Amino acid sequence: MPEIVDCRGLSCPEPVMLARQALQEAGDKDVEVVVSNAVARDNVTRAAKGLGWKVSVEEEGEDFKLKITK
Amino acid sequence: MRDRLFIIVAGSVVGLLAVVLVLQGNPANMGFCIACFIRDIAGAVGLHRAGVVQYLRPEIMGLVLGAFVTAMYVKEFKSTGGSSPVLRFVLGMLMMAGALIFLGCPLRMVLRLAGGDWNALVALPGYVVGVWLGTLFLRRGYTLGRNQEQSPVSGYASPFIALVLLVLLVTAPAFIFFSEEGPGSMAAPLALTLGAGLVVGILAQRTRLCTMGAIRDLILFKDYHLFLGFAAIFIIALIGNFFTGQFSPGFPEQPVAHVDHIWNFLGMTVVGLAAVLAGGCPMRQLILSGEGQSDALITVFGMAGGAAFMHNFGLAGSPAGVSPAGQWIVIISLALLFVIGAGNIKKLAVEKNKQQAKAS
Repeated sequence: MPEIVDCRGLSCPEPVMLARQALQEAGDKDVEVVVSNAVARDNVTRAAKGLGWKVSVEEEGEDFKLKITK
Repeated sequence: MRDRLFIIVAGSVVGLLAVVLVLQGNPANMGFCIACFIRDIAGAVGLHRAGVVQYLRPEIMGLVLGAFVTAMYVKEFKSTGGSSPVLRFVLGMLMMAGALIFLGCPLRMVLRLAGGDWNALVALPGYVVGVWLGTLFLRRGYTLGRNQEQSPVSGYASPFIALVLLVLLVTAPAFIFFSEEGPGSMAAPLALTLGAGLVVGILAQRTRLCTMGAIRDLILFKDYHLFLGFAAIFIIALIGNFFTGQFSPGFPEQPVAHVDHIWNFLGMTVVGLAAVLAGGCPMRQLILSGEGQSDALITVFGMAGGAAFMHNFGLAGSPAGVSPAGQWIVIISLALLFVIGAGNIKKLAVEKNKQQAKAS
């Protein structure tokens, strides 16, 4: 089970801060970040890639699910 | 890489248009000034009666409509709201208060610097200190809480208001105030100002350009993405001013500016801190409001209210400097910002999210 970080309804930089924190604590585990706006989607993606992770984005209704893997 | 190039291009266009707008009639070093322009609009609709700063600035309407149309086109328009609206209104007021002490929003600070106004060089470190203070609150868990989806009507409010203001500008009914002298009477032609606003609105929506985020992301994440746009505005406006004879370096006698160094510094500290706590600089708030975020629109309303407050009570800075009452406002604003910052520290930490995810 990947760790799930619920960032729905939050505006940047909060999703990025929460995602970075989760990634730092994740070790080798996968992390899933759920965001509700395109800005957070783009910023979390950029931050995770910058830290050397891979990101795939799925649209989930009005939200975006970001699957972050090593 | 493409993203980086895009934000540099966006910043460059802002810098270039700012120079052109001044050449075509806008007040000096005021090609764009979101705080000044919202203040002018507040005056035009009679919220304050400072006769020299009343005009319906089409740049503002252009920014909102440009962001709105773009957000619709790329399907990023989303009607949201309900995240601490009252505090956001207050943060908008305080952001405007700080800006009217210094006489400019962060964007104008950069443009003043690019015009050789060294008072902006005093204000810039003040702004950075304000943003840094804001990041201390963010690191401790500051948040205004989650927003919720709202009815589409709520999201259309901002572009609708922009359209109404444009109609009022074109029809110029008697109840709208237009300055006959002073900065409010100086404006580039409508097509140019509206066009410039639209172009910047489109670019800012796509690139998320934000003069506060530029500094904040550097401090928080060592991420210089937004800073590239910020730097591009400065460099292109500097070059543009230099070649069009608008660069005149010095402290005294700068256009719409004063030399009260302490208050220039602290005024922008207020703006920087308020912008972090509100989640965006004045320009970014306009763009977000165009994307359907009523939380951002409330911040803009707060800015208009703040402008009325500052001018109705004679608190705004002027070329003569900052009055003792205005100096008190800076101190009070900083105190209020610390209360708002400290009072909204919640542990939105990962642990809590994990529990929520399990429970749902």
